[in-house]
Amino acid sequence: MKHVARSTLVALLLTPVLATGALAGSEDVVVENAWSRASIGTSRPGAAYMEIRNAGDEAVTLTGLQSDLAMMSEIHRVTTDARGVSTMAPAGAIVIAPEETVAVAPGVMHVMLMHLRRPMQEGESFPLTLTFLDGGEVTVAVPVLGIAARGPEG
Amino acid sequence: MRRRAILGYGAGGVAALGLTLLAGWWQVDGPGALAREDDGRPLPLTAMEFDLVDHEGRPVSPDMLVGRPSLVFFGFTFCPDVCPTTLADISGWLDELGAAANELNVVFITVDPERDDVEAMAEYVGYFHPAIRGWTGSEEQIARAAEGFRATYERATTDSGDYTMNHTSSVFLFDAAGRSVSTIDYHEPREFAVPKIRRAMEQETEGAT
Repeated sequence: MKHVARSTLVALLLTPVLATGALAGSEDVVVENAWSRASIGTSRPGAAYMEIRNAGDEAVTLTGLQSDLAMMSEIHRVTTDARGVSTMAPAGAIVIAPEETVAVAPGVMHVMLMHLRRPMQEGESFPLTLTFLDGGEVTVAVPVLGIAARGPEG
Repeated sequence: MRRRAILGYGAGGVAALGLTLLAGWWQVDGPGALAREDDGRPLPLTAMEFDLVDHEGRPVSPDMLVGRPSLVFFGFTFCPDVCPTTLADISGWLDELGAAANELNVVFITVDPERDDVEAMAEYVGYFHPAIRGWTGSEEQIARAAEGFRATYERATTDSGDYTMNHTSSVFLFDAAGRSVSTIDYHEPREFAVPKIRRAMEQETEGAT
């Protein structure tokens, strides 16, 4: 009896520590203005965009993304050299400083949705989960707009 | 002393200006124009030679673009970001130009003919402004086209085992005579685009009068 009480006390003392320790900041991440373009079938990769805002006071690191829509989701960065040649490459882990917003926007970065399991149809939306270094996750519903969409407003 | 220095700078400035003008004339109209083999700018459309097919299966070539101002850009339909963004931007510019857009040739040339056949191009361009034409063809003819526009492209393998294409993402502008006028680069502010297109269209009027 005494032993159980002590364990409970220990657990109670540890819980808040674990909560802040395990999720150092990712619970303060806000994803806004998410959108994507419809795909033609499933053979071509899709792209999604959003603004990822760190509303907390600690830096957070985005390490990965997952969606049931695609077998592989990754943030890719586009760079254009002096000759006007555009190249796309995985962006790797993205550190977001406190109060900073990372714009995953056309021509800069996009969430590349590879090997689509189903076509992305205009008017639908799909869940996308962002995973952070602290183990936290943020899931956002991404609306699918037309192929010729230029922003979250269409 | 001070006045002499200023005079000196003034004379230097005039000399520099004179040299700049001379250099400009030399390259554009003077003997340098012949020697200029490759300044990185697209050749005039009249000097290009390639044979492709449009998204309706009709044979096309660069000489067909002469007579109207043209917007030409390279891309591929499996491109998730840059190409749909470019096509959507161009569609927006054409909407802004309204009826004047009908006076333009707008051509999207694929750098990925392996996947972009006539059918794929037709389906893809169908989602954008109706003035946009999609051109494809053999690897060899696409390479000749890119060379004429001084565009480059290369295949790159992705993490997922597919391939993507790195390519020149600028939009090339030509006047009605087929001369390269300017380019709209992917990273320049988009509000510069429509005035640039209008300038390319005005050159047509200047050339005609």
